[in-house]
Amino acid sequence: MARTQEQINSRFNVMGLRRPAMFLSLGLIAIAIIALAVRGLNFGIDFTGGYVIEAGFEQPADLPALRTKLAENGFDDAVVQYFGTQSEALVRLAPQEGLTGAELNSDVQRVLDDAGQGPVDMRRVEFVGPQVGEELREQGGLAVLIALGFIVVYVWLRFEKKFSVGAVAALVHDVIITLGIFAVTQIEFDLSVLAAILAVIGYSLNDTIVVFDRIRENFRNVRQKTTEQIMNVSINQTLSRTIITSFTTLLVLLALFFIGGETIRSFSIALIIGVVVGTYSSIYVASTAVLGLGLTREDMMPVVKEGEVSELDEIP
Amino acid sequence: MINKYPLWKYLLLAVVLLAGVLFALPNMYGDHPAVQISPRTGDVTPELQAQIAETLAAGGIENVTFRSESDRLMALFADGEAQGKAQGLIDLEHGGGNTTALNLVPATPDWLRKFAEPMNLGLDLRGGVHFLMEVDMETAINSAEEKYVDQFRTIMRTNEIRFRSPSYGEKGVTVRFANAESRDKALGIFKYEFQDLEFATEEDGKEFFIHATMSQIAKDTERKSTLQQNIITLRNRVNELGVAEPIIQQQGKERIVVQLPGVQDPAQAKEILGATATLEYRMVHGTYNDWSDAQTSGRVPPNAKLYKNREDGGPVLLQRKVIVTGDQIKDASSGIDTNSGSPAVFISLDGPGAKRMQEVSSNNIGNPMAVVFIENRTVTKKIDGELVKQKERIEEVINIATIRDVLSHRFQTTGLETSEARNLSLLLRAGALKAPVEIVEERTVGPTLGQQNIDRGKLSVMIGLAMVLAFMAFYYRVFGIVADLALVANLVLIVAALSAIPGATLTLPGIAGIVLTVGMAVDANVLIFERIREELRNGSAIQAAINSGYEKAFVTIADANVTTLIAAVVLFVFGTGPIKGFAITLSIGIVTSMFTAIFGTRALVNWLYGGKRELKALPI
Repeated sequence: MARTQEQINSRFNVMGLRRPAMFLSLGLIAIAIIALAVRGLNFGIDFTGGYVIEAGFEQPADLPALRTKLAENGFDDAVVQYFGTQSEALVRLAPQEGLTGAELNSDVQRVLDDAGQGPVDMRRVEFVGPQVGEELREQGGLAVLIALGFIVVYVWLRFEKKFSVGAVAALVHDVIITLGIFAVTQIEFDLSVLAAILAVIGYSLNDTIVVFDRIRENFRNVRQKTTEQIMNVSINQTLSRTIITSFTTLLVLLALFFIGGETIRSFSIALIIGVVVGTYSSIYVASTAVLGLGLTREDMMPVVKEGEVSELDEIP
Repeated sequence: MINKYPLWKYLLLAVVLLAGVLFALPNMYGDHPAVQISPRTGDVTPELQAQIAETLAAGGIENVTFRSESDRLMALFADGEAQGKAQGLIDLEHGGGNTTALNLVPATPDWLRKFAEPMNLGLDLRGGVHFLMEVDMETAINSAEEKYVDQFRTIMRTNEIRFRSPSYGEKGVTVRFANAESRDKALGIFKYEFQDLEFATEEDGKEFFIHATMSQIAKDTERKSTLQQNIITLRNRVNELGVAEPIIQQQGKERIVVQLPGVQDPAQAKEILGATATLEYRMVHGTYNDWSDAQTSGRVPPNAKLYKNREDGGPVLLQRKVIVTGDQIKDASSGIDTNSGSPAVFISLDGPGAKRMQEVSSNNIGNPMAVVFIENRTVTKKIDGELVKQKERIEEVINIATIRDVLSHRFQTTGLETSEARNLSLLLRAGALKAPVEIVEERTVGPTLGQQNIDRGKLSVMIGLAMVLAFMAFYYRVFGIVADLALVANLVLIVAALSAIPGATLTLPGIAGIVLTVGMAVDANVLIFERIREELRNGSAIQAAINSGYEKAFVTIADANVTTLIAAVVLFVFGTGPIKGFAITLSIGIVTSMFTAIFGTRALVNWLYGGKRELKALPI
């Protein structure tokens, strides 16, 4: 063994850096909130309603020509862009009263076919009515809140009130920063990104719980140290696990990002951001918050015998 | 003894893995192109199969195998070309009594098909159309309430109450009376006869009114039955369209999801699904002069109704009383009228409809009868520069003919165009929608994109998996390889669970969920292995280190996974379509990874190292 466990336990003075880390987090959250307020999220049609048509061409598509052609035929609000490769184009249209996806599909297909760029393969057509879009948005927000609610209750039952506040602080931190990055970059925010955000909540919590679990265990076994010292030891003990798991998860997410195709690119971006931010927050934010709330050894009593698979042990 | 598993645990592991391999196996085989033949009535008979085999042989299509299920027959072909040709032949020869659809049938060997099926692929992977339809409940309630107008009239006549023309409007069904006495008498009878209604009274000094509306409970019942009725009708229509493996189900209180895999032309599907066209038969009222008088003066006789003639746009007066409606049409087919050579719809009526038609026609020989074509359409109009959607009910007289003979069960109607006649006969066969539907969401994925999604999804799983496997083997050596085996077993179990759970569907986000699981599933092993290393560093004996590594990590793993599961379940409950697919694979992955990463690796580690006292160091 290169290092002894004692050395590993106090390898990094993580808690000593908690003030700069707190400023970093608060700074990032402030930027994220400003970005969300000023630029907002670039909602996809899942949430705004409207049409998306993905068309494949046999050779690179001439976008300006397509735009002109679409505008000539009454689709002057059409947004046309490359999708993945240059021989694929994505056409977006705002919702139009009285036209359903199918009618629009044939209209747009006719226009694209006439654009003189060879045969067009209509790969995907999506139409979401404005009302459905609004519902999806509301439901999505509700889903995030409900997930957070359940998690608070679970952590409260399994650990302690201050821990559940810490865990949720870390999650809110992750969600706001991830949303903030989407607002800054204006990457499209669709249903799959929302799913990714919920997965991030699950993942980040996973990391946080591992650290909390260690803190709880150390409180019971180590008597001489201060709360801060115990947290430092716990984070150091779980650090290699935190990093390795994040690393393997990032490996597969990068595979998904590069190979998975354009349709789930924003989904993988959200997860990559979430995993990085979630890893950071489980080390700094969650424990710092618990410490800030003034966790004491007494909060962690009564002690259940070590090593037992304890059932709901600390109901305050 | 420490770190020894009893035999039954190994047996359990072996059984689970074997079952996993068995259920996952069907996904390794490809598909056969097939034509699905469903008899319109009754079950598949051996005769039908023999006839179709004969037709195909005569058409020069060889190497056909059949699979018979109770309500459908699958004819399997070697390639798509034979499949297309065969469908044409079968439609031509057997199209009258059967509907056909192109399908893909798993090429799983017979012995395996007995227990396992491949997983269902979502529309984003196999291509097809997804519609979310909203049922217009307002129209449904209005037309349910409107039906009481006639009932009120009849009941007041039988009870000899004097009243003034009942009508239907914003306040529900309104009946006017000259005095309070008649009104109160009518109200008493109504309250007794129509328990589903709520009544209000009003008077303006000259007249006395009763307003009747449906009670909240009656409205709810009406909404439910409207939705169910529409689902049945949509299912019939989809069957008429010839779509393999469609999904038609309720979503929420007033929406219906329709998924049509393999359909590439949403326009036709939509036209048929959303159509409300039907027919009505009425006797003609008066002569041409009466018609134009009624139109110019605006005074329509009380027992008549003014219609527009489709051919010349001119006015026609028809009797208010309907002879038969579309509901009473049992069967319909389209063809050519042999006398005139114009397109015709051949109608068969059900018992009550035929009886009524017989009665009316025998009393009216020599009198003209009219056919009314009715359709609810949503049209877009420009009002004050804004595009506004309006619902319009189109009622046109398509045919007036003199009754020459007594009509009964079967007769024909002309006056439509060929495609109209074909669609109308299909709609009449499938039944009318009880209330109009509007498409509020529509997603179409072409077959190229679907296949591309499958290929890319598979490749990302493979590459992600390969990288994680390599890393684990490098970092944890023999223990890493043990974790790798668990990871592969986990993947097999996920695929098996997706194949075995009825209703579970693999979507593109679902594949993403699998990829994510691959990355996260090793977490349990990382936790355990790090703990074992820690115990070893703390000077524990090797066997004790393995044991406490597993035990101490277990609580953490359970806590951590339950929280992820919470997020996944919330996602499942709130998500729709593809997102649900993601939640399903994520949840399955969490559960199976607990099994393989804890129980599976422990079994292997115990078998490799358990109880060996001579061990000096662990390859971890």
